[in-house]
Amino acid sequence: MVIGLTHYLTVAAILFTIGVFGIFVNRKNVIIILMSIELILLAVNINFVAFSAYLNDISGQIMAMFVLTVAAAEAAVGLAILVTFFRNRGDIAVDDASVMKG
Amino acid sequence: MLQSIAFFLLAAVATVSGLLVVTARNPVHSVLWLILTFFSAAGLFVLLGAEFLAMLLVVVYVGAVAVLFLFVVMMLDVDFLKLREGYARYLPIGAIIAAVLLVEMIMVSVAVVQGGAAAGLSAPNAPSADVTNVEAIGRVLYTDYIYFFQAAGIVLLIAMIGAITLTLRHKPHIKRQNIADQINRSSAKAMEVKSVQTGQGVSPEELL
Repeated sequence: MVIGLTHYLTVAAILFTIGVFGIFVNRKNVIIILMSIELILLAVNINFVAFSAYLNDISGQIMAMFVLTVAAAEAAVGLAILVTFFRNRGDIAVDDASVMKG
Repeated sequence: MLQSIAFFLLAAVATVSGLLVVTARNPVHSVLWLILTFFSAAGLFVLLGAEFLAMLLVVVYVGAVAVLFLFVVMMLDVDFLKLREGYARYLPIGAIIAAVLLVEMIMVSVAVVQGGAAAGLSAPNAPSADVTNVEAIGRVLYTDYIYFFQAAGIVLLIAMIGAITLTLRHKPHIKRQNIADQINRSSAKAMEVKSVQTGQGVSPEELL
């Protein structure tokens, strides 16, 4: 059996869906939500790299690198916000985060 | 043949561990499953001929981001069972939306592939076989995408500054070195000569 582009796109679609599902079911746990976002970005990266390989164009891998950069930055800032929030509130339940609204 | 076995193995591991990331009861286990997912995805990248990105994924994600997650999960003293409230309540709607999303995305993928996005290509062909993957990326990254590369560097710098600014706090009771004070100190301010009367002592209170 020859592995085609569709196979990779399907794996990426499954991982993306798992990420969205994780955000839905773990509504209160910010840490799991951040991990779900990482899963979603990983699925996007798989898509980029698969198209890059099958279309014989290196630009997709460059783009995947930038997605990786933004994902790392997002994780760092997100976790920093989480730590600050935990220090101020003693809890990380997202429901309590409504104190920030104007 | 061997490639198909490798693909299905890596894809299965990535999918199962990805599902366990969002369903594990203990967030520490979630992080460990996340590491396994990233490893499997790196294997898929190797199969696609993107060795540099595969190594980048292992170094950046497993080495930095996942460890950062692990660090934060273990540092925060949170009752994670309380945070699982509503899990069963949102499970059905989440599963329905996820299923619809999955079917839609697979249909779009199949349509795009059959519509000729990868016309006639059944297997990935290595981008220009005379150069390695790293060299091919380097040739494009530092020429066509140089401004994007610089912008990515600025994004990382700002993220670093932001993370430090958010988490830095000065504890008031900790003694810190004040270099300006140290340098400005002179013997005139630091020392005092007392003339002691003969036959009398000096008590510590007097000196202060």
